[in-house]
Amino acid sequence: MDLYIIVFYLFALITLASAAIVVISKNIVYSAFALLFTFFGVAGLYVLLMADFIAVTQLLIYVGGILVLLLFGVMLTTKVIRVDMRTATVRTFPAVVIVAALAGTLIGIFWSTDWPQSPASDGFERTIPQIGEMLLTSYLLPFEIASVVLLVALIGAAMIARRERKAL
Amino acid sequence: MLETYIPIFVVIAGGIVFGIVMVKLNEWLGPRRPTDEKLSTYESGMEPVRTARERFSVKFYMVAVLFILFDIEVVFLYPWAVAFKELGVAGYITMTVFIVILLIGLFYVWRKGALEWD
Amino acid sequence: MDNVYLVSVVKFVMYVAIVLISVILIGWLERRISAFMQNRTGPNRVGPFGLLQILIDVVKLLLKEDIVPKSANKRIHDLAPIISIAVALSTFAVVPFGNTIEMFGSEVKLMIADVNVGILYMLSITSLGVYGLTLAGWASNNKYSLLGGLRSSAQMISYELSMGLSIIGVLMVSGTLRLDQIVLHQTSYLGGWLPAWNIFLQPVAFITFAVAAFAETNRLPFDLPEAEPELVAGYHTEYTGLKFGLFMLAEYSNVITASAVIVTLFLGGWHLPYAEYLGLSPFGLSILQILTFCVKVALVILFFIVVRWTIPRFRYDQLMNLGWKVMLPVAIANVLVTGLVLLVI
Repeated sequence: MDLYIIVFYLFALITLASAAIVVISKNIVYSAFALLFTFFGVAGLYVLLMADFIAVTQLLIYVGGILVLLLFGVMLTTKVIRVDMRTATVRTFPAVVIVAALAGTLIGIFWSTDWPQSPASDGFERTIPQIGEMLLTSYLLPFEIASVVLLVALIGAAMIARRERKAL
Repeated sequence: MLETYIPIFVVIAGGIVFGIVMVKLNEWLGPRRPTDEKLSTYESGMEPVRTARERFSVKFYMVAVLFILFDIEVVFLYPWAVAFKELGVAGYITMTVFIVILLIGLFYVWRKGALEWD
Repeated sequence: MDNVYLVSVVKFVMYVAIVLISVILIGWLERRISAFMQNRTGPNRVGPFGLLQILIDVVKLLLKEDIVPKSANKRIHDLAPIISIAVALSTFAVVPFGNTIEMFGSEVKLMIADVNVGILYMLSITSLGVYGLTLAGWASNNKYSLLGGLRSSAQMISYELSMGLSIIGVLMVSGTLRLDQIVLHQTSYLGGWLPAWNIFLQPVAFITFAVAAFAETNRLPFDLPEAEPELVAGYHTEYTGLKFGLFMLAEYSNVITASAVIVTLFLGGWHLPYAEYLGLSPFGLSILQILTFCVKVALVILFFIVVRWTIPRFRYDQLMNLGWKVMLPVAIANVLVTGLVLLVI
């Protein structure tokens, strides 16, 4: 699968390069915008993993929703351009220790994991109805709890708006 | 398999290439005679007042928050809708519970006035 | 393997050519119809009946200076129209414009990409379209542009919900995400005579989807991102030359795609009722079906145009109210009622 490898590295490159811009860029709008390509690259990787529904979900929710929210958040901030994104370096030693520990753990997991070398499924055909069936049978409780979580978030959102009708 | 997605990759890449070519072609063919007046921001003939990058209404932010929450709900509905016939009555009842919980949320947000726009 | 690339490149190039020709036609049609409805003449000089007016306009735009305001962000200013056009051109990929056709001894499906997620691909790419407008508005550093961009993103995400929910009704009826399967599902007959088009099975979803499609394409009565009386030209106020032209091109190709999707989801796609009893050869039938599809799409586009010149623009609060307080509950109710009806039958 020569093609597969090329496409994989292409998407990996898009994801990593734009993620690097998100972190490095001093302009906060550039950061938010680069995130668009990060999400897009990850969606491409999902497609390569034969998880097309997840890829579409990634685009619909992360790109279509969360990133719009982020952009609005960035634009809501006054004078985004002149905000200096650099922060002073303080407490170097504890930071180095924590980062080293975290990186060590991640790399350890990375090495010890037995990575599957091929997609878990060899076809797209029935994945979406299967997800539907699993959600409503085996994973029924998490699914219903998800709706409660969403409800809580909705109530929280209404509290942010904080504009009770005075006539009521 | 993966081959079914190749046309998608080609189409997206093709669209981007088309856009870049058109923009570059215009830059190349068009004249370039910048003047101060021409390059100033258009504000119906007035001198531009401050910058456009001011703060704007938090309502836009609210819409985005509400959108994400309902978008997640809609995404959950797709697999159910496709497998609707297999899941039958039990699936319908569980999904109704799911939707009704979110409708309560919608109603609450509505009563709280978060959907008002004025 | 190479074949797949070649075929999809050829299909894409053909598609772009068709879009460009249709845009020329639709642009002409829109200007002629608007002129007719306002008792004017409209373009009638360039080519027969003024048909080539839009082509000349494109050439003119190509030769215009590309002005980027000093205070604008040049890079994002350049990128925004590219995003818009790339999104607009890629959404069509999953729409079938005919049944299979016999070509060079093999069955070819008449769609650019036949993917499993089908209609969801279209939805997710459409949701990328928000960025072209928002970033154009932000990069211009112009108050009108910024407001236009913000309005467009809030409007598009609001109506995306109703759009997604109306699609769910169709999915429940047909049980698949693939658009070609959805069309095939509509080729049977209800009670032996009425074509089983989803407009008859899902009338409420049809209405909510069509309204949402108008909002998603930023067409009147939902063209608030570029409401001339208040925002000059909205998000593309600071755009000149072909960059402006690309936004226009994106708008028209979005109209084409939206019409094609409405036809596919609700109006039977390429299905011409009773055509299978005509006794045509398979190849002739395929050609007839492609023509049927084109005619249906053209009629829906005509509807788009006539609506634009008939209905006044919404106010922004009315638009948001309609989206959140009418369309969303109605679309959710439609899903629940559809489920109930399907279970009872």
